[in-house]
Amino acid sequence: MNIRTLTFKGGTHPPDSKKATESLPIERANEPKVVVIPMQQHIGAPCEPIVQIGDEVKVGQKIGEAKGFVSVPVHSSVSGKVTAVEPRLYSGGMAVPCIVIESDMQNIVSDQVVPKGDISVLSAEDIKNIIKEAGIVGMGGATFPTHVKLAPPPDKKVDTVILNGAECEPYLTSDHRLMLEYPENVVFGLQALMKALGVKKGYIGIETNKPDAIEKVFEAAKDVADIEVVALKTKYPQGAEKQLIYACTGREVPSGGLPADAGVVVNNVGTAAAVAKAIKTGMPLIERIVTVTGAGVNSPKNLLVKIGTSFRDIIEQCGGLKGKVGKVIAGGPMMGITQFSLDIPAIKGTSGILVLSEEEARLPEPSNCIKCGKCVETCPINLMPVNISMYSLANRHDQAEALNAMDCIECGSCSYVCPAKRPLVDSIRVSKREILARRKKAQSK
Amino acid sequence: MENSRFLVSSSPHIRSGETTQRIMLDVIIALMPALLAGVFYFGLNALTLTVTAVIFAVATEAVMQIILKKPITVNDLSAVVTGILIAFNVPVTLPLWMVAIGSIFAIAIAKQCFGGLGFNFINPALAGRAMLLASFPAKMTNWVAPGADAVSTATPLAILKGGEAAGQALPGLWDMFVGNIGGCIGETSALALIIGGAYLLYRGVINIRIPATYIGTVAVLTFLFGGFDSSAMIYHVLAGGLFLGAIFMATDYSTSPMTPKGQIIFGIGCGFLTSVIRFFGGYPEGVSYSILLMNLAAPLIDKYTVPRKFGEVKKSA
Repeated sequence: MNIRTLTFKGGTHPPDSKKATESLPIERANEPKVVVIPMQQHIGAPCEPIVQIGDEVKVGQKIGEAKGFVSVPVHSSVSGKVTAVEPRLYSGGMAVPCIVIESDMQNIVSDQVVPKGDISVLSAEDIKNIIKEAGIVGMGGATFPTHVKLAPPPDKKVDTVILNGAECEPYLTSDHRLMLEYPENVVFGLQALMKALGVKKGYIGIETNKPDAIEKVFEAAKDVADIEVVALKTKYPQGAEKQLIYACTGREVPSGGLPADAGVVVNNVGTAAAVAKAIKTGMPLIERIVTVTGAGVNSPKNLLVKIGTSFRDIIEQCGGLKGKVGKVIAGGPMMGITQFSLDIPAIKGTSGILVLSEEEARLPEPSNCIKCGKCVETCPINLMPVNISMYSLANRHDQAEALNAMDCIECGSCSYVCPAKRPLVDSIRVSKREILARRKKAQSK
Repeated sequence: MENSRFLVSSSPHIRSGETTQRIMLDVIIALMPALLAGVFYFGLNALTLTVTAVIFAVATEAVMQIILKKPITVNDLSAVVTGILIAFNVPVTLPLWMVAIGSIFAIAIAKQCFGGLGFNFINPALAGRAMLLASFPAKMTNWVAPGADAVSTATPLAILKGGEAAGQALPGLWDMFVGNIGGCIGETSALALIIGGAYLLYRGVINIRIPATYIGTVAVLTFLFGGFDSSAMIYHVLAGGLFLGAIFMATDYSTSPMTPKGQIIFGIGCGFLTSVIRFFGGYPEGVSYSILLMNLAAPLIDKYTVPRKFGEVKKSA
């Protein structure tokens, strides 16, 4: 096995905390009695519901139609009856229109679900259509519609597809287990993505803390000439798009630009596996692997969960909450979103449910900045978080903008390393919002 | 499984175990070999002076914070570090009340009046030393040779400089390295300071840039200024407060640049000024003033050494 080990500059090393679930095989979650399926699980325009209260739906049936190009349809994950179409809370923190379906526990598959045939007979356009119609979005958590990435502007010459198997977020193991158990789907999905883009070079990047996954994926890809499996140094944020592109190709995505500006399209390994499934079986994206873990869960698991299953149901299957719970996080500890309720559904981007104990979740008291410069050394974008933050806290967002606040990828490395526990990325986020709002206002004038 | 109250906050949800207090504790630990060397060579009075300086530094910090109606933060141990460094920068013969004044000045004026930890623009301990040297020049240069009898002596740098101390024999290199020479309490033993510096590097408290460029620049320039005399160069590197300054004072976070490139410029600047003062200035020693002068330049250096941001490339590249 001849594998290169690559990385980027900067970054940090939080404890990876993956022991609890990394060796647990993926289990199918219990059948949910009710699913709540949000019409917006992706970045872009929300879907329009195309079913009504009382309608019978089947597994894989389209229930929400995409509105606009940057949007994807949504499908039912169960068979049963629609009981409500109304706004419900989702993990983004607000209420969005949702379709509530009561399962009949029969799992009758829709006749819309048919295998799409061999990859060799499908054209690039066919593949893009299958991906769009299957409702596939970036499954690393960002949930950007995949078909949009596959249609870069004609002036951008894309020559490389990279699959992100870094899984650099601590605690999460869903991609790790996927690569171990279904490496052939990951490779198949990458081949489909490469064909859709007409490119000849594919990378699969996996952090060195998953040697077994590197081996399995390498085995699965060894007969495919155009695909190179690369090992990535275990370092946060190795899986951030720009850092991953730099590690694999040595190219820098220009400031304010897209990966396509560097000739690259990046997808998560989970996205590739979903593409493989959509082509092989015709089943749209209706379930995903969710790592349920943390000190606040009795028995951590990697579960294959139907979209729309509530966090409450999922955590119950993992033995319920343990002890005094501090935070419930959708995603990982570095970039995940805290939840104030368990009554929210798992969606396409829910890579993990992390429950931290009260002790772990206690917010640190910030003290004076000692100007140690650790945030400067850590920032993977080479910004000076300390200075941007000072300006942000003083409401001088124009100064924050001059210091390139908009280039911040919000990875949180600066806040993580800060010995004075200052709210660095938090305040930079505030500035970014302020700057965006001002730009919008200036445009509308 | 009731819906208890969950904490909602923005990411990241985990923080490293590193704290300001832990960093200061590491610096204190790293200063211990030099304190032991000081006590070994100059007697128990070295310890008495150090303890006095620390007590007054911590007390001043607390009193100032009470007067200024600020939260009392002596727990962060930064005043302890300042106290130790002040004592390290005075001769063992200094009266206790003088070192106490040094501590009070350092904390009250140089640190708290400018906003406390992280906001001071010059190194408090060096400000204290500069004030003492200006106020009590004779007492601050009353050197004794190591040993129980407290015989008056000159520092190697004073001997190198000529003048009154000219003609005295220079100590051997080994004595210079282990610290068996006249000088301030904490500065004489390069060996002990290097051990402390190695610990700080291992703990990631400091990085090698400032110490290496500072000491390296002094080595190169003293070699040039000394007429390509390598033994004079070695004396200049080992003598005086260079190791103490380069490892423990120039690396002070608040008063040194934060950018990697800035730290290299800062180290070279300190080395240049130290060499120039030693060879062409009025004083035999120049470490304190060099660092103080470079402290003033640190914000400017930071401003002009902002790292190239990732992705700052031509769009067509």
